[in-house]
Amino acid sequence: MRLLRIVPDDTKFDFMRFRRISFPISAILSIVAISLYFFHGLNFGIDFIGGTLMEVQTKAGPADLSKMRATIEGLKLGDFQLQQFGAPDDVLIRISEQPGGDQAQQQAVQKVRDALGDEVDYRRVEVVGPSVSTELLAYGTIGLMLAIGAILIYLWFRFEWQFALGAMIANVHDLVLTVGFMSLTHIDFDLTSIAALLTILGYSLNDTVVIYDRIREMLRRYKRLSMPDLLNLSINATLSRSIVTHVTVAMSLLALLLFGGQAIHSFTATMMFGVVLVGTYTSVFIASPILIYLGVGTGRMGEQEEPEPEPEPTKAPATTTPARRVRARGQ
Amino acid sequence: MLFFTRWKAVAILLTAFVVCLCAVPNFFPESKVKNWPAWAQRHVVLGLDLQGGSHLLLEVDTAAVRKERLQSLADDVLRVLRQARIPFTGRSIVGNGVQVHVTKDTDVDNAMVKLKELSTPLSGILGASGQFSLDISQNGGTITLTPSDAALTERIRQAVDQSIQIIERRVNELGLVEPTIQREGVDRILVQVPGLQDPTRLKDILGKTAKLDFRMVDVSMTPEQAEQTHPPADSELLDGEGGAKYLIEKRVMVSGADLTDAQPGFDQRDSQPIVSFKFNSNGARKFAEATQANVGKPFAIVLDNKVIEAPVIREPILGGAGQISGRFTVQQVNDLSILLRAGALPAPLTIIEERTVGPGLGQDSIVAGEHAAYAGAALVIIFMFVTYGLFGLFANIAVAVNVAMIFGVLSLLSATLTLPGIAGIVLTVGIAVDSNVLIYERIREEVRGGRSAINAIDAGFTRALATILDSNITTFIAAAVLFYIGTGPVRGFAVTLGVGILTSLFTAFTLTRLIVAYWVRMWRPRTVPI
Repeated sequence: MRLLRIVPDDTKFDFMRFRRISFPISAILSIVAISLYFFHGLNFGIDFIGGTLMEVQTKAGPADLSKMRATIEGLKLGDFQLQQFGAPDDVLIRISEQPGGDQAQQQAVQKVRDALGDEVDYRRVEVVGPSVSTELLAYGTIGLMLAIGAILIYLWFRFEWQFALGAMIANVHDLVLTVGFMSLTHIDFDLTSIAALLTILGYSLNDTVVIYDRIREMLRRYKRLSMPDLLNLSINATLSRSIVTHVTVAMSLLALLLFGGQAIHSFTATMMFGVVLVGTYTSVFIASPILIYLGVGTGRMGEQEEPEPEPEPTKAPATTTPARRVRARGQ
Repeated sequence: MLFFTRWKAVAILLTAFVVCLCAVPNFFPESKVKNWPAWAQRHVVLGLDLQGGSHLLLEVDTAAVRKERLQSLADDVLRVLRQARIPFTGRSIVGNGVQVHVTKDTDVDNAMVKLKELSTPLSGILGASGQFSLDISQNGGTITLTPSDAALTERIRQAVDQSIQIIERRVNELGLVEPTIQREGVDRILVQVPGLQDPTRLKDILGKTAKLDFRMVDVSMTPEQAEQTHPPADSELLDGEGGAKYLIEKRVMVSGADLTDAQPGFDQRDSQPIVSFKFNSNGARKFAEATQANVGKPFAIVLDNKVIEAPVIREPILGGAGQISGRFTVQQVNDLSILLRAGALPAPLTIIEERTVGPGLGQDSIVAGEHAAYAGAALVIIFMFVTYGLFGLFANIAVAVNVAMIFGVLSLLSATLTLPGIAGIVLTVGIAVDSNVLIYERIREEVRGGRSAINAIDAGFTRALATILDSNITTFIAAAVLFYIGTGPVRGFAVTLGVGILTSLFTAFTLTRLIVAYWVRMWRPRTVPI
């Protein structure tokens, strides 16, 4: 049986050549993402700004949005949004936070329930008071910072500090772009978005660490190879794995996106963007070349030097794993 | 790397088998599982987003607890000084404390001694903590008593504990199935009721303090007079039905704590809904004494500082039973009797978060999650087989075991499965194969590097496993943080993601290796078929 090879054996792409393009592109995209965040803003869900969210399903036929709008308008509850949600009889009602503290939110829900009466099924009712929403936002932000810090420390222990820093810069860049994507598409930004961002952070790093592991190994093995060549070699060596893994993750996410239902739609869409699109690009075009700028292997011979011929695979007993003890010191 | 001692192989297979076995109770209906031995009953709990239900987060009004503590402290000061016959003026609540001015300088020392008796030592973790419940300071004739922070914190903790008990009683009285009631942080209580579609009534019941008092009506002046001038020091103006005002004595004759029973019913004369109640012996005695002494005068039934009714005592009530007949609906008397039976909350509760999912949406989500899981698994399994052939099949076995083990571990933990949690499992399927991909790609590479088949497989495992460990730990850290900060559905995602990483590490390090090792031993391959 002939097996599928998405990536041919022994690729020799010169990825490092692109760093003069990828860095400016990433810089521009990051700036765009940050400006989107500041000028276009995020579509904060009730988790973070408080308020009420109701998903209702009309019992008789498709929902009459304008009639429903008029009904709720009459309740004088301030800003609200109506939105079709999946099926034509499914409507999402969003009511902004009511002035008057936690109790006022409950009264608003009761008013809507009374006004819409028995014509609809209440599929979901979520009310978040001001005290909870402030906390959730703080927890979410602290959580992201905590995760970044913890992973940074872990990588610092396992690799040289340049690697830890490089991975962090690369993956914070991932998060920035993802937030830009969420701003652009106006996806709800709620607690599950924080979950999506953390997962993106985890998986992008997972990918970066795999390549870094290989770079560290190569640094040990090829003492005289110039840094760009060495990075190219490492990326090419792990290229097949990167592609195969991302295809399987993309398949899982695609299944969730197509069949997982409306409730986790924005969650999976965000992850699709962050893990599959941005994460892969970052590991190859940002996380690896950034090591050059962070001074890994600066003491190495110039690029004109002939690379040392590839040594025979070591016949050392497989039980010893030098990669675990010897640290890469660019000398 | 490819050699396993017999006992090690058995241990690996046994572990995988036992963990998978733990998932079994999930596939049987609850009615059957109930008859199994207790250790075999642990199963995954469906989250509220999947089975439908209400999630209410309540906050205990700590300001009210503080205020009540100060009020009772002020009462204690009054009692102590009166008993000791020490004249004083200006007893008042100032800021966080109670202030009193002792009139004669000669009494000050005596007053300090007596008031210090009010302060009790607080117990710490190891016996006495050296702290006292009150800070007492003296400035000339003015004495200030301030409850210490530790004492207030303790009081709030007690109030929350007590609230939890009362909420439990109220929820049980409503006949709701399998409610979860637990403390969250310092002053919050989480109430989760599976299957509850419309939490309006529950919210009504939980939102009432239900503090019931029987007090005398102050007839020394009319409510109108009291409103214009000032109510007497020992009385207060309270609202009644329909905007009526009543002047009621502050002293409580009998409180709701002395009730033993309350039942909804109908008045025999006019068939109006009423609540009939019974006092315990202590309450019955106090009520008898009070009604005997006050025949012909009105008394008031006060619920949450609102006068429900103020009937005139026609004759002493000695039987220890009575009835409350405001202008109630049937629903109201039902709720009121539940509230009276369950007892009063020590402080008001506010609902600060509500998340209710109807059963329709929950069912839809389960179906959606199942479809996504099957579709995701099918895609990945086919892809792995097409890419790695026989070794792809090995990977697929590992993934199947992996998913079964996730359910096993979740069952052992009695973890909650949410829709994002299902997403976490589907994602784990994609991620779990990554370990295999790393190993197989490394083997391919080693083969290209000129190694023999067995040598390449061995080296591939050795080198890939270090990488697998490194890369999975980063994701695990993210999952751990998410578990720590997340609530409800998000926490469910963190759990399945974290457990998925652990089980996929287990299968990569043991099961996949074992399968490949057996294959190598059986076939002694010269080439690697990947």
